[in-house]
Formats: sequence, structure tokens, C-alpha cells
Amino acid sequence: MKNRKRLVENAIHGIFLILGLITVGCVLLITVYLVISGIPAIRKIGILNFFFGKKWASTAAQPQYGIFPFILTSIYGTAGAIVVGVPIGFMTAVYLAKIAPPKEKAVIEAAVSLLAGIPSVVYGLVGMMVLVPGIRIVFHIPDGASLFAAIIVLAIMILPSIIKVSLTALEAVPKEYEDASLALGATPVETYFRVSVPAAKSGIAAAVVLGVGRAIGEAMAIMMVAGNAPNMPKVFQSVRFLTTAVASEMSYAADGSLQKQALFSIALVLFLFIMLINAALNFFLKHSKE
Amino acid sequence: MKKIITFITIVSLVFAAMAGCGKKDSGTVSTDGSTSMEKVIGALGEAFEENNSGVTFTYNPTGSGSGITAVAEGRCDIGLSSRNLKDEEKAQGLNETVLALDGIAVIVNPDNPVNDLDLETIGKIYMGEITNWKDIGGEDLEIVLIGREAGSGTRDGFESIMGTEDACKYRQELTSTGDVITTVASNPAAIGYASLASVKETVKALLVGGIAPTEETVKDGSYVVQRPFVLVTKSSAKLSETAQKFFDYITSPEANEIISSAGAVPVN
Repeated sequence: MKNRKRLVENAIHGIFLILGLITVGCVLLITVYLVISGIPAIRKIGILNFFFGKKWASTAAQPQYGIFPFILTSIYGTAGAIVVGVPIGFMTAVYLAKIAPPKEKAVIEAAVSLLAGIPSVVYGLVGMMVLVPGIRIVFHIPDGASLFAAIIVLAIMILPSIIKVSLTALEAVPKEYEDASLALGATPVETYFRVSVPAAKSGIAAAVVLGVGRAIGEAMAIMMVAGNAPNMPKVFQSVRFLTTAVASEMSYAADGSLQKQALFSIALVLFLFIMLINAALNFFLKHSKE
Repeated sequence: MKKIITFITIVSLVFAAMAGCGKKDSGTVSTDGSTSMEKVIGALGEAFEENNSGVTFTYNPTGSGSGITAVAEGRCDIGLSSRNLKDEEKAQGLNETVLALDGIAVIVNPDNPVNDLDLETIGKIYMGEITNWKDIGGEDLEIVLIGREAGSGTRDGFESIMGTEDACKYRQELTSTGDVITTVASNPAAIGYASLASVKETVKALLVGGIAPTEETVKDGSYVVQRPFVLVTKSSAKLSETAQKFFDYITSPEANEIISSAGAVPVN
């Protein structure tokens, strides 16, 4: 009887192990596949020409595969989204965690969750119909589809992750810290910014990194608002991100062509970016536990 | 127990479905060529497969040039080309049959006062030589060029008709006809192009050289922003029975409705 019980235990253990390995297997499979299919084009084009070439013309008679504009655009776009999105998200989190009355908090939290659940294509659609014409009219430029539009859309898209993760971090700050600060005569606002926020800083940093990860990997929404011309990034210029470069040309690229291989190489670059961001995220999360 | 039975049922169904795929008892039709013809030939192939069970239809989107080479070398039954055959290609013993015509409408915002441009002017606009609508009878607005992504059949068609291959200074490169139409509809300074069949009232299709783009003007050739969808066959070798059946089917009036709904103008 006891033996049988152990057998069942072991069997279940085995099943769970296999299920866990499926995830690991997927990650490995994707990594290996991307590396294998991404390396040949980089070698053929040349590392310097590929990473620092300023012109992308994949279907021209004399094709050129320089992804420097895409890399810069992805970095600028993400940085811009962080600059716009983090202050808003962070302040919202402080307000929700410390100041907001419970009813208000419930409403705002529900709205944030809803924002997180909106599919990116809907962001793109609203951006295309409202934001792009709006930017054109407000800034008196010929066309609103630009890096600026993409930054605004991305900033809104990263708000939920920033708010939720910072909120959790702020709420985990022991009440004693704040009580001590208040007892020493600090005002509530002083307490929040001098005591609570520093105590939660690694959690907040994790929130920012999570936002970066979300922003750099987004394709659908920005494909609809950024214009997709492979220009060097300028605020009101039509630009193409790493993600959109892959997404927009993949469907027509012929199998085995250098164009398709180069698209895989772009995906590999993007993958490396995201690995870096994940490493940073793990670093911050580890710190917040200590 | 119930779950196990469900599981076994699903597995056996999957295997049964796979077994069904493996059967190829009565012939195949292989086509190869123009990516622009994907929609038309895909719809026709689907309909043909539906009407003739067991027949397999394949389409390899490689581009017009590769399609013509493939049929010349006997690697496929029917080559697909979105341009007419050159004389030297005909001299190799290839036959061309026009399946349909693809009209491309040049579209602007309905608020734009410009109604009529000639081919040369449109080419100049897309090359960035004319940059303001006021130079061609419009308002004082910078022209915003909307196009499709690299590799798109419509872009390829438009640029080859205009003679502006790889030279267009696009402001936006969008990935679908719908996006192009939406964008042009929302920007008074925009100009774009889209397959004739998908143009809606939210945008205005320009007259080109005084001719409005309609199915009739495309068919009689007076509307010039158009190109043929050509079936290429070898005159020396006979088509297989199934391929001949497919060829006859798609060039018959029966197929017209499918061709129209796939966005091209049928000619047969």
C-alpha cells in the first residue's frame, strides 16, 4: 500500500517535471532556431554593414540591409515611452497605495486592469484614427504617423505594468517605517517620498524594466501609428522599429532569400535586447527580495 | 475515465484527419510565380479543389520572373506572371493567356480639389519631385505619400507601371490595403494607391489622364494604371489532364465571379 502510494507520488512528480520542461524546451527551441536562422544573413551582409548600415532597401535591385535606423528607433521609442509613462504610472501607484480612499482606489485599479487587457491592435486602431490625425493638426505637420505617435501609444500601453508592480512594491513597505517617520514629525507626503518610495525602490525599478520589456517587444500597435518608413529616427518622422521591420516584410519575403534571413537576424537582435532586459529584471527582483 | 475516452477519441480523430491528407489519388496542379496573383489564384485553386475532390492545387509565390523560368524548365504546370511575356520569352516556346486585369486606383482624400493627374505627374509625385499640392492645382499642403510595404504585389505593380521602382519616397509604408484607405481618408494631404476592387467611398479615386478607373476602362485598356495577370504555359508540352481541367476552369466565364471577388477584373 505504502509502495503504491509512493509510486503515484513519483508518477505525478514525473508528470509535473515534464510539464515544466515543456516551457524550458520551448525557450531553448526558439533560441536555437533564432540563432541558427539569424546568423547566416549577418555573416553574408557583414556585421558592420548589418548593425551600422543606415539604409534598409530589402527589395531594391541593389538590396541594402542596414538595421541601424531600426535599432535607434527601438531605443528612442522605448526611452520616450519610459520618460512619458513612468512618471504618470509611478505617481498613480503612490496615490493608489498611500493617499486614495478605498472606493476611489477600487475604481482606478479596475480601470488599470482593463487597460492592461485591451488588445494591442485596438491601441493601434484608436491611435490611427484619433492620435495620428490629432498630432497632424496640433503640430501642423503634413502627417501625424511618427515616432512621437508611437511613443504616446507605448507610454499608455506600459502604464498598467508600471502601476501594478510599483503598487505591489509600495504596499509591501512595512507600516512601522511610515509610522516612525510620521511620529518624528514628517508630513504624510514627506513620508511617502522619503520613506516609502526608497524602501520600495527595487520593486519600482523592476516595474520600469518590465515596462521597457513591454515597449520594446510591441509590434502591432506601433505598426499602425509609426508610418513604417525606414528612416533614421526623428520625433515627427515616420519610423520603423525592430519589431515592425520583421512583421511588415515577413509575409512577402520569399523562402530562402537573403531578405527573409535578414528578417530573422533582426528578430535575433530583438531577442538579445529582450534577454538583456530580462536579466536586468531578474537582478532587480532578486534585490527587492533581500 | 471519461477524460481518457475523450483523449483517445481526439487522438484517433487527429490520425484519421492526417490519413485523409495523405491521399493523392487523382492529380495535382502546380502553379508558380507572381506574388501579386496570390489572392486570385488562391481563390481559384480553392474553388477548383472544392469542385474536384482529391485534386491537389499548389501555388509557389516566387515572383513573375521565377514563375516564367519555372514553367520553361518544366518545374510547374502553369507559370503566373503579372506582366506580359517579353518577345524572347515567347521565342522560348511559351504561351501567354491573360487571366484577368489588375487595376490600381490612385486615391486621395475626398476634400482634395485635385481630380485628374497624368501618369508622369503621379510618377514625379512619388519620386519626390513634386512635393506640394499647390503645384498641381491643389491647396498649399505638403504631399504625404502613402504606400505599401516592400514585397507587396500592389506596390510592385504600381511602381513598375509608374517606372519608379525603388525610388518612391514614402512617408508611410502600410501593410494592408485597408490601412492605406483609412490613412488617406483621414489626411487631406495624402495620396495612396490600392487595388481597384477595394476602393471605398471614404477616398476619392483620381482620374488618370482623364480616364476614371472602372472595370470597363480597365478592360478596354483606356485606364493605364493596370497590368495583366498572365497564365504562362509551354507550347511544346501538353498540360496534364488535371492541369488542363484547371486551366479551362479558370479561363471560363464560370470563374469570373471568383476573380472579381478576389479584386481583379476578369477578361474571359
